[in-house]
Amino acid sequence: MDSALLVHRLHFAFTVTFHYLFPQLTMGLALLIVVLKTLALRRNDELYNQAARFWARIFGINFVLGVVTGIPMEFQFGTNWSHFSRFAGGVIGQTLAMEGMFAFFLESAFLGLFLYGEKKLSPRAHWWSAVAVFLGSWLSGYFIIVTDAWMQNPVGYERAPDGSVQLASFWELVLNPWAWWQYAHNMSGAVITGAFVMASVGAFYVLSNQYREHGQIFLRTGVWAGCIFSILQLFPTGDGQGRMVTRYQPVTLAAMEALFTGQPGAPLVIIGQPDVEARKIDNPLLVPKALSFLTYRRWEAHVEGLDSFPEQLWPQNIPLLYYSYHIMVGLGTIFIAIMVVSAFLLWRGKLFDARWMLWILLLSLPFPYIANTAGWMTAELGRQPWLVYGLMLTADGYSKTVSAGNGMFTLLGFMGMYTVLGILFLFLVRREIERGPAAAAALEH
Amino acid sequence: METLWFMIVAVMVAAYVVLDGFDLGAGVICLFVARSSAERRMVLRAIGPVWDGNEVWLLAAGGTLYFAFPQLYASSFSGFYLPLMMVLWLLMLRGIGIEFRAHMDNPVWIGFFDAIFFVSSALLAIFLGAALGNVIRGVPLGPDGYFFEPLWTDFRVGAHPGILDWYTVMAGVIALVTLTAHGALYIVTKTEADLNLRARRVALVMWPIQALLTVISLMATNWIKPEVMDNYREHPIGLAIPLLVLASLGAMLWATLKRKEKPAFVASALYIVSMLVGAAFALYPVVLPASTDPGYSLTIYNSAAGHHGLVVGVTWWCIAFVLALAYFVFIFRMFRGKVRLEGSGY
Repeated sequence: MDSALLVHRLHFAFTVTFHYLFPQLTMGLALLIVVLKTLALRRNDELYNQAARFWARIFGINFVLGVVTGIPMEFQFGTNWSHFSRFAGGVIGQTLAMEGMFAFFLESAFLGLFLYGEKKLSPRAHWWSAVAVFLGSWLSGYFIIVTDAWMQNPVGYERAPDGSVQLASFWELVLNPWAWWQYAHNMSGAVITGAFVMASVGAFYVLSNQYREHGQIFLRTGVWAGCIFSILQLFPTGDGQGRMVTRYQPVTLAAMEALFTGQPGAPLVIIGQPDVEARKIDNPLLVPKALSFLTYRRWEAHVEGLDSFPEQLWPQNIPLLYYSYHIMVGLGTIFIAIMVVSAFLLWRGKLFDARWMLWILLLSLPFPYIANTAGWMTAELGRQPWLVYGLMLTADGYSKTVSAGNGMFTLLGFMGMYTVLGILFLFLVRREIERGPAAAAALEH
Repeated sequence: METLWFMIVAVMVAAYVVLDGFDLGAGVICLFVARSSAERRMVLRAIGPVWDGNEVWLLAAGGTLYFAFPQLYASSFSGFYLPLMMVLWLLMLRGIGIEFRAHMDNPVWIGFFDAIFFVSSALLAIFLGAALGNVIRGVPLGPDGYFFEPLWTDFRVGAHPGILDWYTVMAGVIALVTLTAHGALYIVTKTEADLNLRARRVALVMWPIQALLTVISLMATNWIKPEVMDNYREHPIGLAIPLLVLASLGAMLWATLKRKEKPAFVASALYIVSMLVGAAFALYPVVLPASTDPGYSLTIYNSAAGHHGLVVGVTWWCIAFVLALAYFVFIFRMFRGKVRLEGSGY
């Protein structure tokens, strides 16, 4: 691979992967904080307000990192991917500009009010500020998903005489069917992260026998939300997203499943290591005919394998794509198991004494992050070798004027900077968890 | 249509410089006017609820630029690769410096975050000025509409300049001085007692430097690029803009001396806007002049997005702009008046 291309791909992959660790919690927590604030208002219970304030502090720290690591994302379209920007700016410039104009202003204006204005506002007005932050963050997510969905399944465009693409239909762009499924699937994934983080901290407080009442609120909220959304993640959103891939990117589906030969009654690979050179899977654990059923709802349906497509259209990194996809699906299944069992215990009133389950919830914290990251890797690796599916190759989109050396310089800079930011984040969040939800009635500094 | 979007982007850039300018300036003066940790907290609290929203104008302006002029966005962002990446790092450090200072208990670390806030604010002010200087001076565009500028070459203004040459360094210094005064005047409106007096003194010290540099920069621009006068010659009404620059400069001094705090800040904002409008007026319809061959320059016509997209954009942009203004009016009213230390917040 051309080394400048590799550096620019790593540059975007590294910065966006690190970035998305933060927005997923922002978007998930934004919803859960609205839930806590609503319960506080409904039940007139100060404990819920304290719980909301505690999560608002974590939210605030997390939000700052999401913002500062998000700014480079918008810039990189121009700095590292200028040929792509010139080619596609006439279309995706719409959604990226709308994100700035609609979502960022809403979010930033009301975040300050939400975090620092509780004393100046009535309880109901403060609730509204939480709702505005929630709307802003979810709206921002929509515009980004629409942008990515256009790259996965380009719609609503026309070719201009200079070779670039330009907007032909605004509504086709923002109502891309791919975007709807991807948005539902992605947002549900974000809520799962928020729910697991909340349940995990709750489990920690209950296990260590401090702030028990707050911990129980966190567990109740986290487990119920986690239970609902980990099921939604599989069905209908994951299923719908999968059928989008089957329909618009059949070669990607074959690569995700490592299905080298097309066949009727295709099996689903649960575990196994793809050997692309030999066109086979080592040590496979298969469910016969399941893939045919999941994709076409018929056990005997024919599923196209990689052999139906010319090799230059295969995603370049099939093993990584295959593992990303399988890690995502495997973890998603485990999440359902954890959350359904926890919800059952909660319903029977036994969760707070079931130390084994609390331990599982406590230790499960990193896994939604891994699953969400693996999901995005599946989407982005699966689109290769295309940058815009069927329209522009990744190899044609990077900034030809920015040499590999200059790209490497800033990539290393970002790696150093993000290491420091990551350490700082963990330190600050740990400090808030140590201080506990009852410590500060409001944000005192 | 292209002209309309040129004006829209110019308005957004001006809004960014006026708004984020005062909190950048606050960062520059913070270490000097605020001596104790409590005073520094006052400065942070004066900008705390608004700085993030102010910075969104940069993102929104960037997004709008991408949308309306994709060719300009692609060319300038890849060409200014290194300085833009440094701007990103500075923006990150600054955001961290402002927001996480409050989470530190130890004075050693609080001092460290104050220093980060100062350094990143000052460097950002200089970078912004240098960036504007680059756009006015021109960049070595090739026939394909792309370029790559090293950070510096020989510091001379020629066909193949670096990001930094004597002209852009001067622009950086003007930006630093202007935003320092702007930030100081903002802090004057938001504080009382010692802090208020010291910030006012900074503004008074900056004034003669700012006035001198303004005159020098206008002459220098005219000297390195005589064609900046073309639009003014064609439409003499434009000459009102430099007059406005001088008038607002005078008003700044007068209002500061008379202790009219808000008018002084408004005059400073007016000075910034008229400087930027003057530059935009001189460039139009060019958006990125080529230092190599004037024929390679990017104009609003050869860098704009498709017509249909631009028409659609006007609708949603107007809605979003009105909403954004409403939020800003609401937030600034909410946190109006002088800041005091008791109570919640920064």
